[in-house]
Amino acid sequence: MTHFSAMSLLKNALTGHKNWRAQWPDSQPKAEYDVVIVGAGGHGLGAAYYLAKEHGITNVAVIDKGWLGGGNTGRNTTIIRSNYLYDESARLYDHALDLWENLSQDLNYNVMYSKRGVMMLAHSVHDVQSFQRHIHANRLNGVDNRWLTPAEAKKFCPPLNISPDARYPVMGAALQMRAGTARHDAVAWGYARAAAARGVDIIQNCPVIAIRRGADGAVEGVDTAKGFIRAKKVAVSAAGNTSVVMESAGVRMPLESYPLQALVSEPVKPIFPCVVMSNTVHAYISQSDKGELVIGSGTDQYTSYSQRGGLPLIEHTVAAICEVFPIFNRMRMLRKWGGIVDVTPDRSAILGKTPVPGLYVNCGWGTGGFKATPGAAHTLAWTVAKDEPHPINAPFTLERFTTGRLIDEAAAAAVAH
Amino acid sequence: MLLINCPYCEETLPELEFAYAGEAHIDRPADPSALTDEEWRDFLFIRTNARGTHFERWRHIGCGRFFNAARDTVSDRFLTTYKAGQPRPDLKEAAE
Repeated sequence: MTHFSAMSLLKNALTGHKNWRAQWPDSQPKAEYDVVIVGAGGHGLGAAYYLAKEHGITNVAVIDKGWLGGGNTGRNTTIIRSNYLYDESARLYDHALDLWENLSQDLNYNVMYSKRGVMMLAHSVHDVQSFQRHIHANRLNGVDNRWLTPAEAKKFCPPLNISPDARYPVMGAALQMRAGTARHDAVAWGYARAAAARGVDIIQNCPVIAIRRGADGAVEGVDTAKGFIRAKKVAVSAAGNTSVVMESAGVRMPLESYPLQALVSEPVKPIFPCVVMSNTVHAYISQSDKGELVIGSGTDQYTSYSQRGGLPLIEHTVAAICEVFPIFNRMRMLRKWGGIVDVTPDRSAILGKTPVPGLYVNCGWGTGGFKATPGAAHTLAWTVAKDEPHPINAPFTLERFTTGRLIDEAAAAAVAH
Repeated sequence: MLLINCPYCEETLPELEFAYAGEAHIDRPADPSALTDEEWRDFLFIRTNARGTHFERWRHIGCGRFFNAARDTVSDRFLTTYKAGQPRPDLKEAAE
């Protein structure tokens, strides 16, 4: 594997960038692996990387029905934050944030993690009270988060409209400074490159048809479009398609898959310094390094696997953006797309063992899985390697829907996330 | 925008006039206190989440009534809609 450095960049710049080599091979499946991971998004590739790096398990394949990073990893709005209400969630997302801090150095691949701050707007008395409760809970958990007055919010993000007669008045904001964005594709590529360098096979365009179980009930491997692949352990990290894959192993999931849309504007000069989210009016906005405004919308009301989503939601989102940021009301939108997000009843992830021996699952990240990528991958690798929960993912079991020990972030924020 | 046929109004109208109401044909338990924790989990949380034909409930905001629909979740095309309380239709028959 080529080691990236200022020197290697300079050398390739001087030779006209003609000598860059492929960063990982496009592997074909072997007959047998120790671990097969279904889904080559950030979570799956990351889990393969941590299996190889921290647990010495390198006979690993990551298989995907499409191309690597082509699902929700390449379709999200790249927001990273950890200001969740409950202790379990705060620990999990803050663990991810700790890993984000040094991810570029760790992978020798620039994931462009930018701590530009995420500001969540409060538009009503209920929002103010709820956000201040979040801030207090976060501070008790050692998660940074602070309260801004409308004037402070305007100072932090000048395009914001804080006039008292605004359609959605800004009554304050919660700001997490450690939060920000990262380049989503680079996360998938960086993990893929670092995992492949340690011997992991990345197999693309290879849909999983079914998970095969032996007479004793334990996992035997996966039937794929490229034939049967024997595996001692299988980890499913397939986002919106998790229900379908798990059903083939006889496990019915507490999941529903919804389209979630995002859109970008034409690129403009730097105008927007941070990430702003408004859960109440459903507007999520930041500016990419290319200059596009990146705008997140909501989920459609109906379940779907279409990866499209309906236009009424886009209209609703853009209307909200124009109210909160009137400066953008003549911006032209360039593209919109959808990804399929798997949503649990309590809006918290499921990460851990399943009733099937040798089968593990990482799903239910709903509309907010990108921020968790390193944390989910890291603790999933631990669970797969040791066949036991990591202290951080231990509460995120599938059994919680039987015991009733839910992690109810849905009620905490009143929106999917 | 989806176009949805309300079986009560017998009109095909835009999606914005309708509210999605989850998977259809999930019966409330007849004797709730007899259910095990696993049966409660299945009733409350486990969903088919079909990739393909999905039977689901919708409410027409105009007439305020719930009805059922069969929809393909890959194409989002509605295969049929029918009144609440009617059995799951045989879709081969509906296609003819």
